[in-house]
Amino acid sequence: MKKNKFLYGYSGWILRVDLTHGEVRKEPLDEDLAQRYLGGRGFVAKLLFDELPPGIDPFSAENLLVIATGPLSGHLLPSSGKTHFGTKSPATGGYADSNMGGHFGPALKYAGQDVLVLSGRAARPSYLLIDDQKAEIRPAQHLWGQGALSAEKQLKTEVGEDFQVLTIGPAGEHRVRYACISHDFGRQAGRTGIGAVLGSKNIKAIAVRGSGSLPVPDVAEAFAAGKEAFRKVSEKTGFKAWTPEGTAGITNWCNEVGVFPTRNFKTSFAGHSARINGKAVLERLKITDKGCYCCPTPCGKYGHTKTRMGEAYVEGPEYETIALFGGNCLLPSIEEVAYANYLCDELGIDTISAGAVISWAIECFEKGLIAESRIGRPIAFADLESVAYLLRRIAVRDGIGDLLAEGVKRAAREIGQGSECFAIHVKGLEWTGYETRNAPAMMLAYMTADVGAHHSRAWVLGHDLAGAWTSVHDLISSGRGGAKQPPAVIRPECARYVIDSQHTRPLFDALGVCRLQYMELGFEEHHYETLFHRITGRKLSWDEMLGISERIWNLTRVISIREIPGFGRAWDYPPARFYSEPIPDGPSAGYFLSKEKLDQLLDWYYQARGWDANGIPTRATLLRCGLPEAAEAIGAM
Amino acid sequence: MYLKAIHQNCSGCGACRLACAIANFNEVRPARALLTIEGRFPGPGDYRIHLCDQCGACAEACPEGAIAQVDGVHRVIPERCSSCMTCVDACPYGVMMALPGDQTPSKCTRCGECAAICPREAIAVVETRESAR
Repeated sequence: MKKNKFLYGYSGWILRVDLTHGEVRKEPLDEDLAQRYLGGRGFVAKLLFDELPPGIDPFSAENLLVIATGPLSGHLLPSSGKTHFGTKSPATGGYADSNMGGHFGPALKYAGQDVLVLSGRAARPSYLLIDDQKAEIRPAQHLWGQGALSAEKQLKTEVGEDFQVLTIGPAGEHRVRYACISHDFGRQAGRTGIGAVLGSKNIKAIAVRGSGSLPVPDVAEAFAAGKEAFRKVSEKTGFKAWTPEGTAGITNWCNEVGVFPTRNFKTSFAGHSARINGKAVLERLKITDKGCYCCPTPCGKYGHTKTRMGEAYVEGPEYETIALFGGNCLLPSIEEVAYANYLCDELGIDTISAGAVISWAIECFEKGLIAESRIGRPIAFADLESVAYLLRRIAVRDGIGDLLAEGVKRAAREIGQGSECFAIHVKGLEWTGYETRNAPAMMLAYMTADVGAHHSRAWVLGHDLAGAWTSVHDLISSGRGGAKQPPAVIRPECARYVIDSQHTRPLFDALGVCRLQYMELGFEEHHYETLFHRITGRKLSWDEMLGISERIWNLTRVISIREIPGFGRAWDYPPARFYSEPIPDGPSAGYFLSKEKLDQLLDWYYQARGWDANGIPTRATLLRCGLPEAAEAIGAM
Repeated sequence: MYLKAIHQNCSGCGACRLACAIANFNEVRPARALLTIEGRFPGPGDYRIHLCDQCGACAEACPEGAIAQVDGVHRVIPERCSSCMTCVDACPYGVMMALPGDQTPSKCTRCGECAAICPREAIAVVETRESAR
């Protein structure tokens, strides 16, 4: 098989594993695919669009799990460790992806493939081993049932410490709809139920070791560009300030400006934030900074926690976990938040969705909507034992855990009695760590994120609270922001901010690098143009890259339209709490966005995107984005 | 100059290994790096950097006299090397490398690229070997 020799930057191959038939084969990475979709998220979207049989159950053998790196993954530049995962989501039923840092993606490329496509289902618990050119499916009965962290340790002991390993925990095995994929003792592809799909395929783990090289047009020039990027990023004002606390460092700011999810998103301010913030992580937990591949500013804070329920090594907690367990479940100390984090990591559950599901369950219990007899014990906010009790049952779908493993949307549908109003999700994916009733652009970002209520697609709180785009570090360190009355007349620019961010942030997911240097530190886009040129030999302007990102965005929308019957505008609203209940207290007390305002925001957004009033891309838009096949698939008008 | 590992600064990102491989072999191929990073997880939860401090144990062990010190750097002289790999076993830090496909072992050339790229100052350049310990 002849490899396309002109695909600099890439390994140049796709590895396909048919788990049903135990077959492994490689095929050359298509040059057109690379040029039109870049990599990572772009590859995931295009392969799912082309190859996913429409209308299947996410847990059927026909579902695909695509693991894709980008052209910059594994190269010498700041934070080139990103790996992207995609599938049909068990949480939403639509397009899904999730990414993680760590070292797996670079290893996959050094082993000789940019993309790994898993199809079918193994007959028995198995793991996949990729050792350079060798790829084989091996039995994993001895790992099945183990925690994700424990299984990683055991597998590394068996196959070698120099392998990079992905695992799922019991939650993935039991198809919890928000089970994650874990890696490197603390990194996760957490969202959209990716881990449950891997579990449904009877795959417990993937281990990869690569000793090959990546082609670049001129090694010396690529090396020089990479070193220059490291030097330049170290000159950013946030470089030294960001790292000590990492993402946990934004906890205070989020709380002070009234966007910190608290008590199941009832309010947006927690009085105990000083006990669960980045400083607390540093002073009470941290052993070492733990970096992803080539990352100069590691978010990972690896530490040790001790609580009355036990002690554990744990990476984190990072901001999202602090928000969902410290704020939403009101766990009172960083040690307890960290222990909940550890339980999620070992059980293989996304901390974001888990925190949202548990806080919803506690509110249901407080309101008498779920009886103690059904739960098996009383549950309460600010109680680690309640959290641990529920997590352990969710992971194996035991008792009440079977209901909660379905996620808040499905669980609320069963419980009813108004519980849907405070089941905080969009499209079936639980909301992340920013309460946005005082932030119209960020609210719109959550409403329209393609995978559901996730901030990874657009983060526009700077526009809402400070009036302009700025790096996160600059925003926080300048003290700007603060609870501001949302404009009485919301502005059409909100839609533009959101769309720009939805093209920018996911672009990094297509390139295979972490967006943190750009978003949090303000590392300029021209550096990525240079790096892309030196590594791939191809010149693309930032605007051209954003054009590809827009293509991907429209394609993921089309996938969800194809997969979810009746999908459209109705899927783009938050739950009723967010448009009918004013925030009761804290810096944002009294604020909320009415349904009418949300409708106005959606109208502007759809118009700006070239979608119809139901949120369906028009034929003209899809053709403009170079997606005639997508227009055909949905009969776009 | 000598390289000194400051383990507590290391976050395991591996940029040093990639820079090393590029500088010494002109390949984007960290498997050829001449230093290693050991992550000790889940416990004790830290990193150890293993690099060459030019101690000379490899040269002492070599039965062929194929490792010579030039300007303070021990270098392999390929034409004298018999590929016995005695030096690999003798290295106290595990960084005399028998790289797959190579007839002769490879070791740190003290080019300093690992220290230069490290964004966390986990590898320092010091003046004496004693201070590198």
